Amino acid sequence: MPSKVEGWKDEIYGTEVRDHLYEFAEEGWDAIPEDEHDAWFERFKWWGLYHQRKGQESYFMMRVGVPMGRLTPEQLRVVGEVAREYATGPVENPEFGGAYADFTTRQSIQLHWINVEDIPDIFERLEAVGLSTIQACGDSWRNIVGSPVAGRDADEHLDVWPIVEDLHEEFKGNDLYANLPRKWKVAVTGDTRGAGQGDINDLAFEPAVKEIDGEEVKGFNVRVGGGLARKEPRFARDIDVFCKPEDVGTVAAGLSALFRDHGDREDRFNARIKFLVDEWGTEKVRAVLQDECVEYDLPAAGDNLRDQYDYNAGRADAPGDYVGVHDQHDGDHFVGLSVLVGRMGADEVIELADLAESYGSEMIGVTQRQNLIVGDIASEDLDDFLGESLLETYSPDPHPFLRGSIACTGTEYCSLSIVETKNRMVRYADWLKKNVPVPDGVEDFHIHLSGCTASCAQPQIADISLRGMKTRKDGDPVEAFDVGLGGGLGENPQFADWVEMRVAADEIPGYIRNLLAAYDERRESGQSFRDFVADRDEDELQALADPEETDYEDPYMHNTKMTWYPYADEDDLDASPAPTDPQDEPLPSDD
Amino acid sequence: MVVSVHQLDDGAWLSVNDERTVPVSQLWLLARHDICDCEQADFLAEGFVEVGVDWPDVEGRIAGQCIACGASGVTDWLAMGRVDRETGAFRKVVPSSVHVPRRRTKLATPE
Repeated sequence: MPSKVEGWKDEIYGTEVRDHLYEFAEEGWDAIPEDEHDAWFERFKWWGLYHQRKGQESYFMMRVGVPMGRLTPEQLRVVGEVAREYATGPVENPEFGGAYADFTTRQSIQLHWINVEDIPDIFERLEAVGLSTIQACGDSWRNIVGSPVAGRDADEHLDVWPIVEDLHEEFKGNDLYANLPRKWKVAVTGDTRGAGQGDINDLAFEPAVKEIDGEEVKGFNVRVGGGLARKEPRFARDIDVFCKPEDVGTVAAGLSALFRDHGDREDRFNARIKFLVDEWGTEKVRAVLQDECVEYDLPAAGDNLRDQYDYNAGRADAPGDYVGVHDQHDGDHFVGLSVLVGRMGADEVIELADLAESYGSEMIGVTQRQNLIVGDIASEDLDDFLGESLLETYSPDPHPFLRGSIACTGTEYCSLSIVETKNRMVRYADWLKKNVPVPDGVEDFHIHLSGCTASCAQPQIADISLRGMKTRKDGDPVEAFDVGLGGGLGENPQFADWVEMRVAADEIPGYIRNLLAAYDERRESGQSFRDFVADRDEDELQALADPEETDYEDPYMHNTKMTWYPYADEDDLDASPAPTDPQDEPLPSDD
Repeated sequence: MVVSVHQLDDGAWLSVNDERTVPVSQLWLLARHDICDCEQADFLAEGFVEVGVDWPDVEGRIAGQCIACGASGVTDWLAMGRVDRETGAFRKVVPSSVHVPRRRTKLATPE
C-alpha cells in the first residue's frame, strides 16, 4: 500500500502547490487548515520550504537551489537582501546575530524564520535575478551539484556548466519527473579534482575518456545509488555506461524515469535508489535502463580519471578543497574563502557581493565544503583583493581547524537532529585553534559534525566524523557524539570507521587534542591522517586516544531539542511565541 | 472518533491529528524488549518507523540505539500516548518511565 505521503502527493504536488502557497500567503498562517498541516507541509517542500521544528510553528526554512553552486554577484546580493529583510526571528543567534544565510553541503542556500505571508515577495525578488526555490526539497530532482568553477578551472576535463544548465532547465518544473518516490540527487563532475562528489549522489556523471570509432572521446562514466543517510551509507555504483556530453540529458531522463517507475513508494525508508541498486544489482539497472528507458545502444564505461581526484580525499600531496588562490585557464584567479560552518551574516553576504562586483567578478561559487569562491580576479588586482578587510573573517588562508569544519543545521531548526551543531562547531574550532598544535604539513583537517544519521554534514567522509548522539553523565542525559575516523573520497572512497561511541559533547575537543598528539607522534613522515587511520585496525584506533574534559565549556549539553530555541533566555517550549505574524508577534490563540 | 497519525519529516515526529507530539532525540526506558541484553534499555529514539492507532492508544515503532550498550534496532510497538475519549485530546506518555514494547495484535490501519 502506498505511503501516506504518496497519497498527499497524488492529490496535489509539484508546480500546482505554488498557487496554494500564494493563497495561504494572502490569507495568513491561520488559513492553512489545522487538520491538513502535515499534508501541506509535505507539499511545500517541493517549493523549497520546510516547516521549522516544534516550538517554531509558522516559521519556515527556505532553500534556494543554486545549480553547481554558481551565483552572480547580483544574485548573491539579492540573497543577502532577502536574508536581511525576511530571515529574522524572535531571538538572535549568539554567534551569528539576527539575519544570516547558510551555504550548504549541496551548494544551496538556506534561510530561516520565513513567514508564509512573505513568500510571494521573496519569490518575486529571487526570480527577478534568475534564482528559485523550485524542487529544492521534496521528492524530485534536487539541486544539481558540481564544481562552481567549471569553465574557469585550469584543472578541467570538460566544461560541464552548459550541460548542467540544460539539465536544470529540463528537469525543473517538468511534470514527468516532478513526483519521484524520494529525493533525486545528481552530480556532474567535469574537473579532475572530483569536486562533484558524485560518489555520494543518486546519479553521478564522472569524468572519463573512451575510444569510439578510433577517436578518443571525452565524456562521463555513470554511477548510481550513492547516499549517506540513516546508517546505510553507499557509494554510487558503476553501471558500466559511458556517456557522451550530448547524451547526458537522455541518460539522466532514463535513470530518473527508472527510479520513478521502479522505486519503492510503499516504504519511504526503502525508497532511495541506493536500495533499488542493492536489490537489483548494477547489471539489472543497466539492462532496465537500456531496455525501457533509452533508445540507443549504451556504450560500456570508459577510462575514468579517479586517480587524479583530490577533493575531500585526505591526500597529503594536495589540498582537499578550493580554499586559497587558484589559477583560471584565462589567466585570472579564483579565490576560495573559508566560511566556518557555512553561515554568513546577511550584511556580509551583501558586502561580499559588492566586493566581488567591484573587482569585475562574474561568478561567486558555493562549494560542497560550505565555503565560497570568488572568480575572475585579475592578477594585477589579486593583492588588493586579498587585502580586503572582509577576508580577515572569510579567509583564503584560514587556520586548518577553521578551514575544514562543516556542520549541519542541528537542533536550532531541524526536526531530525539529536544535538546542537553549528554554534558548537564554532566553539570547537575556536578551542582547537587555541589549544591544539597542528601537525606539520597539515593544511586542511576535515571535521564534519552532523546532528543525526541523516548525515547532511556528510560525516562519514571526513578525517574526524561527529554524529549526534546522547549519553549519560553523572546519571543525566547529555548531548554526545559517535566519533568516526579516516573517511574521505578520492580514487578509493572510504567511509569512516566508528571508533569512539557516545562521547559527551564537552569531551570531544579533548579527544581530538589527544588523537592529534598521537598522530603527530606516531605517523610516518609525510603520512596523511587518512592513511594513518587506514594503517590501523579498530583496536589500535581505539587505543590511540581517550575523550577528556578540558577547559572547553559547552553551553548546549542539555536537551536542546526540547527547547523552542536553544539560545533563547527562556528556552522552554512553553515560552515560545510561535505561531507568530510576520513581525514575530504571537498570533491570538483560539483558546 | 477519527484519529489521524503520521510519522513526519522522514521519521522525525509522531504527529497526532496534525500536531507534532513526540520527537526523536528522547531517551526511552524499555523493559522486556529485544533491542539488546540490557535488563532495561536506555533507548535513544532516532526515527519513527511505523505509527498506528490501537484505540485509544497511539502506538509506534522506533529506530534507535541503547546508549548503555550501543546496540541498535527497531522496537516492537510502544504506546506513545492515549486519546481522550471525551475530548479527543492526546496525552503522551513520559518516555523516561518504563515501557514494554509488545507485538501488535491488531492491524495498524483497520481495513
